[in-house]
Amino acid sequence: MDKKIFTCIACPNGCRLTVYEEDGDIVVKGASCDKGIDHGINEYTNPMRMLTTTVAITGASHRRLSVAGNAEIPKSKMEECLAQLYDLQLTAPVEKGQVIIRDICGTGVDVIASRSMKKR
Amino acid sequence: MKKMQIDVAVIGGGPAGLAAALKARKEGVEKVLIIERDVELGGILQQCIHDGFGIHRFGRRMTGTEYAQTFIDELEQTDIGVLLDTMVLEVTKEKVIYACNNKDGMMEITCGAIILAMGCRERSASQIQLMGYRPAGVLTAGTVQRYINLEGYLPGKTAVILGSGDIGLIMARRMKLEGMEVKGVYEIMPTLGGLTRNKVQCLEDYDIPLHLSSTITKVHGKKRIEGVTVAVLDKERKVIPGSEEYIACDLLVLAVGLIPENELSIGCGIEIDPKTQGPVVDEHFMTSVPGIFACGNVAVVFDLVDYVSQSAEIAAEGAAAFIQSAEQSSPEYVSIVPSGNVNFVVPQRITAGKETEVSIFLRVKKPDRRGTLDISENGNVTQSRRFATLAPPEMITCRIKVSGEAEVVLDMKEAANG
Ligand SMILES: Cc1cc2nc3c(=O)[nH]c(=O)nc-3n(C[C@H](O)[C@H](O)[C@H](O)COP(=O)(O)OP(=O)(O)OC[C@H]3O[C@@H](n4cnc5c(N)ncnc54)[C@H](O)[C@@H]3O)c2cc1C
Repeated sequence: MDKKIFTCIACPNGCRLTVYEEDGDIVVKGASCDKGIDHGINEYTNPMRMLTTTVAITGASHRRLSVAGNAEIPKSKMEECLAQLYDLQLTAPVEKGQVIIRDICGTGVDVIASRSMKKR
Repeated sequence: MKKMQIDVAVIGGGPAGLAAALKARKEGVEKVLIIERDVELGGILQQCIHDGFGIHRFGRRMTGTEYAQTFIDELEQTDIGVLLDTMVLEVTKEKVIYACNNKDGMMEITCGAIILAMGCRERSASQIQLMGYRPAGVLTAGTVQRYINLEGYLPGKTAVILGSGDIGLIMARRMKLEGMEVKGVYEIMPTLGGLTRNKVQCLEDYDIPLHLSSTITKVHGKKRIEGVTVAVLDKERKVIPGSEEYIACDLLVLAVGLIPENELSIGCGIEIDPKTQGPVVDEHFMTSVPGIFACGNVAVVFDLVDYVSQSAEIAAEGAAAFIQSAEQSSPEYVSIVPSGNVNFVVPQRITAGKETEVSIFLRVKKPDRRGTLDISENGNVTQSRRFATLAPPEMITCRIKVSGEAEVVLDMKEAANG
């Protein structure tokens, strides 16, 4: 893989990380701590992101329900996961913690209601 | 007019109001009431569907909605009164609240103590002097957030964002994920307004360009916005001739800062700090009017909701102690004075003649790799605290010991080289 540049977000320092492969090893330059090196390796090999979005709901005081994954998903799967969530149409009531989709797109992550929405 | 007697009334049911009410009840206050103008509790958090809340308090990254729900669930197990869809119109020095709603009409609520928790509002187009007409399609970031995350509407197809505050950065990503085109973020200052992590996760992740030292010089379109002219600024913040560029868009999102919502406080004659634009408060977050407390973003824009809840609990303890004590006048105070790289500090003053340990919240004026905060009384440094990576968007908090005998000076010095 090519050389990649990231801004580290492990702390507010915001080091500029340069990450590349050399003789089968991943090299992280520019980090000032171990957390930064881990961050650089993760971003280079398999960046993960939190999935948070809304799902359409009827019968509640608002028309969208806030949902989130119970763990991070691979960044590359974000669009596919969102597309599946945008196809849903829920009906109130919903309880906080209720599973909306189990194992979304084979990521092993469950999408969960972040809040409760009562029936209006 | 309907009349009520309440021990501690809380105005606003956001995270500050929720934490304040719960804490007051735990402190043994019997009649606690929350008055909220919206149709539900939770405040701004109900539209914050992104994660990053509660890291300090709960040790994990929650969504704003989940953070709010945690407090709402706890509240539902108590006998704390809640008036929804109810607007507070006036607060008096005698601690009387005038409020109204559709069901009860006008209400007069006489209180032992009042906790102000009205939050803050966003700076709007009229406050930043945008040139051009006033077409539809110029919205604050928080309004766009509400439309998308609660109402389920997309307010445009192609957006330009003015201002690089956190709400703008978060909405850049949100709009992109909702299938909108985001042309770029334009920031007048040479530095980012929000947190670096939001720039990385919201802009860089989605290839949304950030233009520093840039602004919008004109809004085009009469009925509906058709585009904006952007330009680059020099060091004196003047437009560099020839740098103007036209960008077509049907939505201009303003993320140009937050102001504490203090109309009620000012109407009541509460002293306001020109720096924080919130009430001057003491170590219990009591304002200049005895028995009226202020917490959360109405006191100072905290950004981090964990600190909002913390300030609310301090205020609630103060309010509970106030109604139980015989002393109801304003105490003597000594000031806490910012110096060096400290821009402002909350609380602004502490009770005189009492040795105490207090939590302080401050912001720096300019970024620094590290800094030493010297706390001094009568010219003698009594304590020092070291901090790494200072930046104006990151609020700093710590606990300090004060004697109550003299003015306290907080001086943030550049750490010696190395
Ligand atoms: C877009 C955005 C992103 C954010 N991101 C983060 C983040 O990632 N992490 C984090 O920790 N924090 C974040 N915050 C900050 C957090 O949301 C706020 O710090 C918090 O909501 C402030 O709480 P509050 O209770 O003081 O105010 P609010 O939540 O604004 O609540 C105030 C309440 O008072 C009510 N009210 C006002 N006036 C009256 C009146 N006259 N009568 C009756 N009721 C009234 C309002 O309706 C409202 O419900 C973000 C904020 C925004 C806007």
